[in-house]
Amino acid sequence: MMKDPFGGILLNIAFRVLVPFTLVYAVYVLVLGETSPGGGFQAGVVMGFGIVLARLILGERATIFNIQMKNSLVLAGCGTFIYTLAGWLTLFGGGKFLDYSFMPVHMEPAHEMHALGILMIEIGVTICVMMTILNIMDAVVERSDDDGRAE
Amino acid sequence: MRGFVITVLALLTGLFCSSVIFLPEIGDPNSAPNQHITPVYISQSEIDTGSPNIVTGTLADYRGFDTMWETTVMYLSGLTAALILSKSTMGRRPEKEDDYE
Repeated sequence: MMKDPFGGILLNIAFRVLVPFTLVYAVYVLVLGETSPGGGFQAGVVMGFGIVLARLILGERATIFNIQMKNSLVLAGCGTFIYTLAGWLTLFGGGKFLDYSFMPVHMEPAHEMHALGILMIEIGVTICVMMTILNIMDAVVERSDDDGRAE
Repeated sequence: MRGFVITVLALLTGLFCSSVIFLPEIGDPNSAPNQHITPVYISQSEIDTGSPNIVTGTLADYRGFDTMWETTVMYLSGLTAALILSKSTMGRRPEKEDDYE
């Protein structure tokens, strides 16, 4: 992990305020992505930014957001799997691949099942994007910690 | 060999650049995509997908298969960056055999 916090004490205190608002705003963008501008990719970027910011501030004391690189690789694959699982659920429900009208959950208007499917694939996209950002950051940081300077 | 590759690339670039004049103008209401698929998506998106947002309806419902592989491409790019940048030698050529170039 990064050895030092990235700024002085003023920058750290100022950016510390931003972290919880960033994470909450990411969830807002994810959940309201169906009816307003937003969606999975944007929510993943904002959430990844929040976690990167927390890591930069906390430095090596970051135990909450300290996701190891092998775990973030596996979780990025899990996000892609959640997306594909939505497609398989519609197959098992009797429809075509990614045809959300055939989700195996019974809801009265068909729009609700479409909303459920869209929310599911956007959660998958969010996890994949967030973990990919953390993964690339981990790789770069590990490389630059190796010999003390970035190459 | 290098001159041949440069010649082929220059020919292909010229070919593609000369075919730009056959593309429809941007915003032309009589072009083929604007007459066939766009009005259907605009008028039917909320009925078909249940989403008031046309962008989300197109990206997640009409083009769901496309977005699935976009996510896969992003995962693979992150995996490749981690494999190139990290210290581990997983998936790398052994260093002894680098005399075949």
